Amino acid sequence: MHHQDLLNKKFEELKKAGKCGFISFITAGDPDFKTSYEILEKLPNSGVDIIELGMPFSDPMADGPVIQKANDRALKNKMNLKKTLDLVKKFRKKNKVTPLILMGYYNPIHMFGVKKFINQIKKIGVNGVIVVDLPPEEDNELCIPIINNKIHFIKLATPTTNKDRFKKIIKNSSGFIYYVSITGITGANYKSNTKLETEIKNLKKLTKLPIAVGFGIKSRKDVNKLSKNADAVVVGSSIIKRVEDAQKKKYNKRKLVNYVLSYIKNLSFSLK
Amino acid sequence: MKRNTYKSLPDNSGHFGKYGGRFVAETLVPLILEVEKAYKSFKKNKNFNKEFHNYLKNYVGRPSPLYLAENLTKKLNGPKIYFKRDELNHTGAHKINNTLGQILLAKNMGKKRIIAETGAGQHGVATATVCALFNLPCTIYMGEVDYQRQLPNVFRMKLLGAKIEKVKSGSKTLKDAMNEALRDWVTNVKNTFYIIGSVAGPHPYPEMVRDFQSVIGYEAKEQIKKAEGRLPDVLIACVGGGSNAMGLFYPFLNDKNVKMIGVEAAGEGLNKKHAASIAKGKLGVLHGSKTYILQNTDGQITEPHSISAGLDYPGIGPEHAWLKDNKRVEYVSVTDKEALEAFKYCTKIEGIIPALEPSHALAYLIKKARKMPKNKVVIMNMCGRGDKDIFTVAKKLKINI
Ligand SMILES: Cc1ncc(COP(=O)(O)O)c(C=O)c1O
Repeated sequence: MHHQDLLNKKFEELKKAGKCGFISFITAGDPDFKTSYEILEKLPNSGVDIIELGMPFSDPMADGPVIQKANDRALKNKMNLKKTLDLVKKFRKKNKVTPLILMGYYNPIHMFGVKKFINQIKKIGVNGVIVVDLPPEEDNELCIPIINNKIHFIKLATPTTNKDRFKKIIKNSSGFIYYVSITGITGANYKSNTKLETEIKNLKKLTKLPIAVGFGIKSRKDVNKLSKNADAVVVGSSIIKRVEDAQKKKYNKRKLVNYVLSYIKNLSFSLK
Repeated sequence: MKRNTYKSLPDNSGHFGKYGGRFVAETLVPLILEVEKAYKSFKKNKNFNKEFHNYLKNYVGRPSPLYLAENLTKKLNGPKIYFKRDELNHTGAHKINNTLGQILLAKNMGKKRIIAETGAGQHGVATATVCALFNLPCTIYMGEVDYQRQLPNVFRMKLLGAKIEKVKSGSKTLKDAMNEALRDWVTNVKNTFYIIGSVAGPHPYPEMVRDFQSVIGYEAKEQIKKAEGRLPDVLIACVGGGSNAMGLFYPFLNDKNVKMIGVEAAGEGLNKKHAASIAKGKLGVLHGSKTYILQNTDGQITEPHSISAGLDYPGIGPEHAWLKDNKRVEYVSVTDKEALEAFKYCTKIEGIIPALEPSHALAYLIKKARKMPKNKVVIMNMCGRGDKDIFTVAKKLKINI
């Protein structure tokens, strides 16, 4: 089975069941390798349909303070791309069914080597990649080599994307479209609005790809509202905020992991 | 490879060879494409050029003089040394050439709010100045470290009506200010124009900023022809992001007998903390373009260091990376200590207090001049004045003022 199929299959299943998927975003190595592995390992049992795993970067330009701090915590504990891939490898030894997508910025991948990166993610079973600072204009860098290797390259569409632009975006996209719900950085305040619903409906007329909506989603109410139109919702900052809060409360590892997972369950089970 | 022209880039996709490009979040792409389109038509528009040059003349005070630094020339007993005196510009540096161009473009595009990043505060001041002139609200992002070491400029920006956001993330210097400005831009993409202060960032910024700064080189070319009846042998400029250097170099790129030298900040030394991206950086992607970047083996950006806030940046404009590969420009570096010596020397013997940034160019020039024949002619870009740096220098010299 190709790496792309696992994700495609998941969306087919969700569709058949008439469900909206739940995608969780956590940063690899946050707050450290071991703890983030324990969170990662338990995501599938916490109602997570698709896992997005952030590759830490020192200068995350599209991220708000919460994810910036997660990156800092991970980097402080010596996280890097190689260890991020080790984390996935360890996860895949036990779990061969939950789609996993890597998300991050281009520079660490570029430094690691595009060829080496693709070879390794293929080997360990990464199903897709999202790179925030690689728009269609730079498809030759990574997108096309990745697609040629039958791994998904997922692109973002935003409220600034018009119809022509969207057509350009979907040209070399696969897996799903990540619709950014706001013009802003991660963790900013999402405001549910009817415009967003219309946007999603309009995009669906232009593509058969599933549409996942993310950025700033924080509550059961947000999740439920979006589930009426989106094929999946992505929650990141508000999950990662739990790591930060748990550390402030000086929770031990076990308690931190539970604190994060119980929050995820609270959101994800509202979709089931 | 020898080329016929070094002036035909960037290509349509915003690349200088393998450098440059548009590595930004999707939210920003429609906007930077709009900026590109607007700039293209603006560039050809007679009225715009007239307006731009009118402000350069009557508001900035251009052309800036080309001054034969007689005392320095005599002392060094080498080539004839000219200073291109952009430190005499309104606001005290070359930065205003660019902010004027960009704000005229922003106005033309109907943008209602301006943001900018600043390191030394010179670009921040130049931006706040044109915002006051054209009555547009502006927010300036400045790293906390830079804020402390450039307090006079902070105060000037405040007087000019700018809102200053102290940036506390990362190394709290220029790169972090740029991250934060990009975050603001993504959030306020519809009404806001981002005035980038150097030949960095996504296409079309490296091209646009270079074009606006090229007034330096075009003037210098005319002036040196008048003074010497010929072109110079060597051009020297400091390189942070690289805008004053591109501005001086660009008009001379196809004059193959003119040698060009860009001077980076070697900080405490190239094997210690420094900001020499060309000498020690590796190819990578930061702030929208592919270029040489100071980073570790994991691709994480490392904290640069220079005594001069304006050179304290871990990247370099993509066109410089390309000019280096094509061996059209030579890049060298100078330490904090050498720059400081040049700062003091120039002040004493020429009566000109240079900014710490061009003090780097000056330091290299002083070293080099001693080995050059007397019949040569050198132009150095005196791109900023040192008033803003007196506190930093006093501290370094352990003097209480
Ligand atoms: C006087 C002066 N020179 C040089 C620089 C460095 O920028 P660039 O390399 O773009 O000229 C600065 C930046 O703030 C500056 O203020």
